[in-house]
Amino acid sequence: MSAVFSVERLSKSFGGLKVNHDISLSMAAGERLALIGPNGAGKTTFVNLVTGRIRPSRGAVSLGGEDMTAVSAVGRVRRGLVRTFQVTRLFSEMTPEEHMLLALLQRAGRATRILARFRGDATLRDEAADILATLGLTEVARRPVAEIAYGQQRLLEIAIAMAQRPKVLLLDEPAAGVPSSDTPLIERALERLPPELAVLMIEHDMDLVFRFAKRVIVLAAGEVIFQGLPGEVAQDEKVREAYLGSYAHAGR
Amino acid sequence: MTALGLKPDGAQARPLLRDLASIALIALAGASGYWLFPDNLSFLTRVISVALLVLSLDLVVGYCGIASLGQAALYGAGAYAAGIACLNGVTEPFLLILIGAAAGAVTGLMMGAVMLRAHGLPQLVLSIAIVQLLHEAANKLAWLTGGSDGLSGMLPAPLFGLFEFDLWGRAAYLFGLGLLIVTFALLRLLVRSPFGMVCRGLKEDPLRVSALGISAFPVLIRMFAISGAVAGMGGALGAIATQVVGLDSVSFELSANALVMLVLGGLGQLTGALIGTVVFMSIEHVIAAINPFHWMTLVGAILVAIVLFAPRGLSGTLDELARLLRREGRP
Repeated sequence: MSAVFSVERLSKSFGGLKVNHDISLSMAAGERLALIGPNGAGKTTFVNLVTGRIRPSRGAVSLGGEDMTAVSAVGRVRRGLVRTFQVTRLFSEMTPEEHMLLALLQRAGRATRILARFRGDATLRDEAADILATLGLTEVARRPVAEIAYGQQRLLEIAIAMAQRPKVLLLDEPAAGVPSSDTPLIERALERLPPELAVLMIEHDMDLVFRFAKRVIVLAAGEVIFQGLPGEVAQDEKVREAYLGSYAHAGR
Repeated sequence: MTALGLKPDGAQARPLLRDLASIALIALAGASGYWLFPDNLSFLTRVISVALLVLSLDLVVGYCGIASLGQAALYGAGAYAAGIACLNGVTEPFLLILIGAAAGAVTGLMMGAVMLRAHGLPQLVLSIAIVQLLHEAANKLAWLTGGSDGLSGMLPAPLFGLFEFDLWGRAAYLFGLGLLIVTFALLRLLVRSPFGMVCRGLKEDPLRVSALGISAFPVLIRMFAISGAVAGMGGALGAIATQVVGLDSVSFELSANALVMLVLGGLGQLTGALIGTVVFMSIEHVIAAINPFHWMTLVGAILVAIVLFAPRGLSGTLDELARLLRREGRP
């Protein structure tokens, strides 16, 4: 199993505070991994380190065997490391279709052309429509994002990521803020992600984690305290301690 | 796509119709200006020249979300370049416009390279610094720019070799109107191109754009160059029409007024820039004649009212009115 994505001894300190300490993990193509941890465990810092928004104090990130540590955030996206956002970051006046076309045009290397029509390419329009249909967004495809439901906006975040056709997808709390009645929609969308894609999900919703992930990593106080099967995580003594019991009975 | 239930063409056809309608309206307004105010054509030409400046500012402020109080640096660069070229024997008006556009674009590149290093307020301060520096340069380089006297005595060749740029300013006005219409049409295509959509994205959320794998800097610097070209054409038109170029063309005051006109008309729609310029300059023209000392007070009051009651500017408010009327009209 060759790693499509790996992180080695990634560390970040702010002053004397070790926010992330010696985090290592590696993922194979098609893997479904979840990263969980109580508030303040350093999950957001980890995402920022991996995506290149902040520089690590030490350690390395690599993608498909290539060292990414010195590559810019945009460069990492172009090489196939794509993320979604914990709080939706969408363009409120654009439609879902327009979001898709932006992502697809960028994948084709044509997103910043001046002498071109935004909707000029029928193949891309079809692909956009296909992805939106897969996620059940056809109805709202041509309405400004500001007018569509939050759950649908979350689905659109996933749709954009799919259009980018990444090698590794980082899902930052895909179900955050979604009413529990709508989480099945998100779950179904996640099931439709391409099987060969490596997905790293950061999530609070334990039910979602246990159904989605084949492997779980628990982060507490900036360190990995558990790596293993979802079924074992609730039994682990260290994990129970870290969560002070709050999630200890989850997943039963 | 149709198989999935999306309407195939409606959404694409409508903006095109809107564009054609706006262009027809500009042509109509321009023609009525020509017939109704034959004695004020030189003023109307100045309106067109400044409208190009405000359009160029809309590209940067309205589409990219970069506030600038130094846009006249680009306008002035075009005006001086065209003026200097004209005094040195390049008199063909189309060529002078091109020279103005090139000078504006180069200045825009430099301005962008400096301004894009900063964000927010520091960026705004940089824009002011740049226009002040250029103003001072134009003042000091008297051998080239005429210093505080400015440049005068330019004699552009007749338009198409036939129509003189005479005292009545008919040729200059129609030339300017043509230039404005062509520029407006091209800018409409620009803002709806993939590039234009990325700019809108950058205005709202640069982090989202970078998560799509798009680098902001190359996009924004290109927009600065395009904006510079448009402002530079405005400056060159002013130089051709008035046959003088003064320090006021590269001033903080003109930059600030351009921003006021843009906010007055409405950001990020191009039409707003035109409406704002016409309304602001007409008010200035009429009231300054009645009371040259206090006209700014009235303009100030109108602005406060617009910001409070119509935050989307005049054009945004017109859009809303139109929508309301349409809703009323429905059975």
